[in-house]
Amino acid sequence: MQDAITAEYSGPPKLNYLNNGFTLKSWLLTKDHKRIAIMYLITVSLFFMAGGLYASAIRLELLTPASDLLQTGTYNKVFTQHGILMIFFFLIPSIPAVLGNFILPIMIGAKDLALPRINLLSLYIYWVGGAFTVWALLQGGVDTGWTFYTPYSTTFSNTYVMAVGLGIFINGFSSILTGLNFIVTVHTMRAPGMTWFRLPLFVWAQYATSLVMILGTPVIAITVLLLAIERFAHVGIFDPAIGGDPILFQHMFWFYSHPAVYIMILPGMGVISELISNFSRKKIFGYEFIAFSSIAIAVFGFLVWGHHMFVSGQSVYAGLVFSFLTMVVAVPSAIKMFNWTATMYKGSISYDTPMLYGIGFMGLFLIGGLTGLFLGAIGLTVHLTDTYFVVAHFHYVMVGGQVIAYLGGIHYWWPKMTGKMYSEFWGKISAMLVFIGFNLTFFPQFILGYMGMPRRYASYPPEFQVLNIFSTAGASVLGVGLVMPVIYLAQSLIAGKAAGDNPWMLPGLEWRTSSPPPTENFDVMPVVTWEAYEFGEESGLDLEAARANESVRTI
Amino acid sequence: MMQTNSWVPLFPEQASTFAWQVDLLYLYLIVISVAFTIPIVVAIFLFALKYREKEKFASGAEIHGSMVLEAGWSFLPFVISMTIFLGGAVVYYNQYKMPEDAMQVYVVGKQWMWKIQHETGQREINELHIPVNRKVKLTMTTEDALHDFSIPAFRTKADVVPGRYTYLWFEANKPGKYHLFCAEYCGLNHSGMGGYVYVMEQSDFDNWLEGNVSGQTPVEQGRDLFENKLGCASCHAGGPQQRGAKLEGIYGKEVHLAGGGTVTANDEYIRNSILNPSSQVVEGFQPIMPTFKGQVTEEQLVSLVAYIKSLSGVTGSTSTSQPASNSAANSGSNVRSNSNVATPRRADRGQANKPGSNPNAPGPANR
Repeated sequence: MQDAITAEYSGPPKLNYLNNGFTLKSWLLTKDHKRIAIMYLITVSLFFMAGGLYASAIRLELLTPASDLLQTGTYNKVFTQHGILMIFFFLIPSIPAVLGNFILPIMIGAKDLALPRINLLSLYIYWVGGAFTVWALLQGGVDTGWTFYTPYSTTFSNTYVMAVGLGIFINGFSSILTGLNFIVTVHTMRAPGMTWFRLPLFVWAQYATSLVMILGTPVIAITVLLLAIERFAHVGIFDPAIGGDPILFQHMFWFYSHPAVYIMILPGMGVISELISNFSRKKIFGYEFIAFSSIAIAVFGFLVWGHHMFVSGQSVYAGLVFSFLTMVVAVPSAIKMFNWTATMYKGSISYDTPMLYGIGFMGLFLIGGLTGLFLGAIGLTVHLTDTYFVVAHFHYVMVGGQVIAYLGGIHYWWPKMTGKMYSEFWGKISAMLVFIGFNLTFFPQFILGYMGMPRRYASYPPEFQVLNIFSTAGASVLGVGLVMPVIYLAQSLIAGKAAGDNPWMLPGLEWRTSSPPPTENFDVMPVVTWEAYEFGEESGLDLEAARANESVRTI
Repeated sequence: MMQTNSWVPLFPEQASTFAWQVDLLYLYLIVISVAFTIPIVVAIFLFALKYREKEKFASGAEIHGSMVLEAGWSFLPFVISMTIFLGGAVVYYNQYKMPEDAMQVYVVGKQWMWKIQHETGQREINELHIPVNRKVKLTMTTEDALHDFSIPAFRTKADVVPGRYTYLWFEANKPGKYHLFCAEYCGLNHSGMGGYVYVMEQSDFDNWLEGNVSGQTPVEQGRDLFENKLGCASCHAGGPQQRGAKLEGIYGKEVHLAGGGTVTANDEYIRNSILNPSSQVVEGFQPIMPTFKGQVTEEQLVSLVAYIKSLSGVTGSTSTSQPASNSAANSGSNVRSNSNVATPRRADRGQANKPGSNPNAPGPANR
């Protein structure tokens, strides 16, 4: 088999986006969406590791009821910075800027994004915002919680609130430009025959996410700006001592940050649609319903921000309306869940590493979504607000959803991005460790939350200790599961087997170009004549030859 | 040591009248969740085993979807989520609707302690003693950042917001010692900002009140501030030549403002009129009152509001120290309100209450 592959590529090595220039300049001034995606991948991973270190510090501190490992002031900074790095610098850019950037143009048969220079600009803005934030954290950090609630953030905190705020402000423009770029690209750059309803569902999900990015992100920018005006010029906007209204801040903050929650889950749903359908080798069940449920989530996501404020003093009618709308927004997520499950029915399912992540996502997102209903039921959530139940819920959605989907996507497109195949054995082990470790870490926190343990507590009453020990123990398993891919993926770059152009014989356009793809993605402009997830005759895939190859390759 | 005998393992103790409602709603949601999770997980496992690929790269069946199924699994979650919404709304309504006959307690949050004052004057810090089977209403504000008064055993909490009053009520139904937390992040010592709520039998509570010699009650303090310390009375004493509006009988009434418009004279309005006098000037008066911002603490404001309320015959139930001038003031004419001043109307969230309406009220007279 090894001979067969080398035979295909005999002669000079094929020119691809990786070996097309090796200088630093060829990377820093590239307009190639794939190179930009790789640079995002590296940066985003660094932020994820930094956020993960903060998470470890949190879990270690909470092993004991007293605040002994970290002083309360340090602990407050640690959980704040964990949130800021993970949300603004990892979760939001993770799938769109890395996987979306790399694969979206290839999926629709385009040479690049519609606005390649803007794409590079958005990377630089992300770098500047990130560097600014890291600088502020090194100077002394910030202790307001990632939510920056006023008047604490404007009047009482003596930490680097505005420096970090500025970092987030700058970073927001990166999000806006990426969203804009994706929307323009999907509208204008589709290959001949690639109609809207032939688009892979990952593209639909990215499109919906982009809508939220360009409509929501300006609001957080305005909010940060108002915060700065109050902090520096003492104009009363949020602080009641000078005539402002602290609840106004919460409305503005959540008007962005609730839709931002969907920026952090919709792309993950897109990846899962790809994984479930492709590894079941079957058309996705209810394509249109999944596609439009993404759009529905993006739209309804703008109408539910008040469910973060049920006990903040907003009016009872507002509370009831937001509770009602929160229940409505649960429906499109339920539709996706049922359709993914139905997709597996009568499939031809293989359990490669990406599919393990896909199935893991379904389990975790199910729990994350259902516990969202608990928090939407207004009479119940008065008790649950600001407890560990909330912490557990959003980690089930953000980590159990987005991070798992991101890892699944990385494993799925890794052969395409690098041309190399990672160790399937270690991939499966790590996928299972992540799943088990995640549940051990966060499931006990639901129970802790209902028992009443408040979040953001450096010290807690001793009766909560047992479950906190479970949680920390689980976190160490999760940690191991998350470190492993770094090792075996890096190892695959050096010693991995060549993946071939289409290791799983899938019909998507990205699998019909070489691995890694050439700079312009396709040697010949593709013409699409098949539906999305077409595994039958119309797909034109030579499965017989692939099977013959596979039988030789199987170890 | 805390009591930990909850009625369901891993549930916090049920110690208030709406704890069982919240727990019931929680159990309903757990049942719904399990009812959704089991079929989906079973289906995933079943499909995963049964439809494992038989031949490498074989295709799955050609199925595109089903309108019937889509309609069904859109409609069913919608209906179920509406039952959850309605259940949540009912439980919330019970928590939100303030009782008319509650014992009043004033709470001021401050980084990082809870300062609490009973209507009979007793003060406590980070502890709240209350009698069992008695409705208690908290009127809360904060001197600095946001806080949140949270008692898990009562299944209730409310944010405490600077610049305004928020309210929380509950009726404890089981004597014991329960955690009091600050649930809204408020800075350095947030996790230390808490203590205990002691729910006591009425007789024990009476003893406790007696054992904690009260200073002035909030109304007495307010009168002291009004008449002596802040000198409010020099303009607001109510005579015909006064430069300030008369305050007797205004509580809960519509007040006409200079420049048009009306406002209900509730706690917020009184508080705001002390701190920002020129923002809502009563019709017929000049905006000459100076601001008292920076000169009064939140606790003094609470007392002033309590005193001004008492001028309209509005108090909580426990105080026996009604100002003697009260009935005389009420019988006088009221210049700016044409409604019947003798009957205190329900105002704000309904803390209007006739003095002495609660026969269980402990107070100096009962001892």
